[in-house]
Amino acid sequence: MTDDRDAQPLILAFCCHYCAYAAADLAGAMRLQYPDNVRILRLPCTGKIEVNYILAAFEHGVDGVIVAGCLEGGCHFLEGNLRARRRVERAKQLLDEIGLEPERVEMFNLSSADGPRFAEIVTEMSERLARLGPSPLRTDRSSTEEGVEEMTRQADAVVAGESE
Amino acid sequence: MIVADRKNVREIRDMIKDHDRVLLVGCGTCVTVCLAGGEREVGILGAAVRMALKLIGRGNVVVDECTIERQCEDAFIDALAPRVADYDAICSLGCGAGVQTLAERFPDTPVYPGLNTQFIGILESQGVWTEKCVGCGSCRLDEFAGICPISRCAKRLFNGPCGGSRDGKCEVDPQIECAWQLIYDRARALGILDRLEAIAAPQDWSTGLDGGPRKVVREDQCIADLGPSA
Repeated sequence: MTDDRDAQPLILAFCCHYCAYAAADLAGAMRLQYPDNVRILRLPCTGKIEVNYILAAFEHGVDGVIVAGCLEGGCHFLEGNLRARRRVERAKQLLDEIGLEPERVEMFNLSSADGPRFAEIVTEMSERLARLGPSPLRTDRSSTEEGVEEMTRQADAVVAGESE
Repeated sequence: MIVADRKNVREIRDMIKDHDRVLLVGCGTCVTVCLAGGEREVGILGAAVRMALKLIGRGNVVVDECTIERQCEDAFIDALAPRVADYDAICSLGCGAGVQTLAERFPDTPVYPGLNTQFIGILESQGVWTEKCVGCGSCRLDEFAGICPISRCAKRLFNGPCGGSRDGKCEVDPQIECAWQLIYDRARALGILDRLEAIAAPQDWSTGLDGGPRKVVREDQCIADLGPSA
């Protein structure tokens, strides 16, 4: 059982508080089934994402990264999701230079009511990463999980600080 | 400001792959403003290079990061100096002047360039920088209505335009504005078109690329008795 889980690709999803995070919550409330190998990091807006967040995730050894923001035209901060898309493109270029497949990171857009779409996105990325195989940068899954957890903790602290 | 852009990660990886401990050094001045070599870019490159090294089996190479205020001035390198002994190579994300200043300060440590220094330019729009000055050492912008034909005309014509000017664009690339069209339009707007009737004299290139590295000396600012070399 443990070995099977270790073989599954590990995905970090940077989720906007106003859409994808709520959609993930809704997917859970709807009891939708999707791969459990995704870790969710909440951002106040995908416009908060920086290229180095994405690279840090890969350096920790994740197999793939999802950046999920609001539908285009529907950003709570007007154009955060459009900026995020350009940064994801930049991250793809860098992954290519590094020697990793650019397809390991992808930007998605959905609304907070799109619980089923969130489940689809995770399934789609999970299947794509299974085809690509594990990240050659991963040493062991537990240290990757710890790294991702630390990133999530730091992001939560930032979000909590901003809402105070 | 000096405008630069980052070298390909693979090129940087190959420069440093045979070292064991490498310090990436950013610069907080021009290259921070043009988003090539400031603190954020150093962080991104650090992660990228570490991963690229790991993928070629050199994951044991330590790549650390730091950024100093200004690489092209020795006094600002003081803050960096104590750390350098811990590394066997430096990769500078400064301009060419920064790379060479670090190399002079640390003669026993290889210093590699992480950037390609491009030009003296301006921020044209967010994310776009354009060349405006070649540093010729003998500015003649007064003769050309404030628009430099050396940096902005593909032929560097002093008596333009040439026959390749079409609808205000350059024949080299329709995206490039014809510098001489710009000069004419601005001179007309300023009411100084008559100045363009005079034949512009050839440039005195002895102040430019000729005669080895140039130097600017302000005797009144030099430390007494020590001269310009102090």
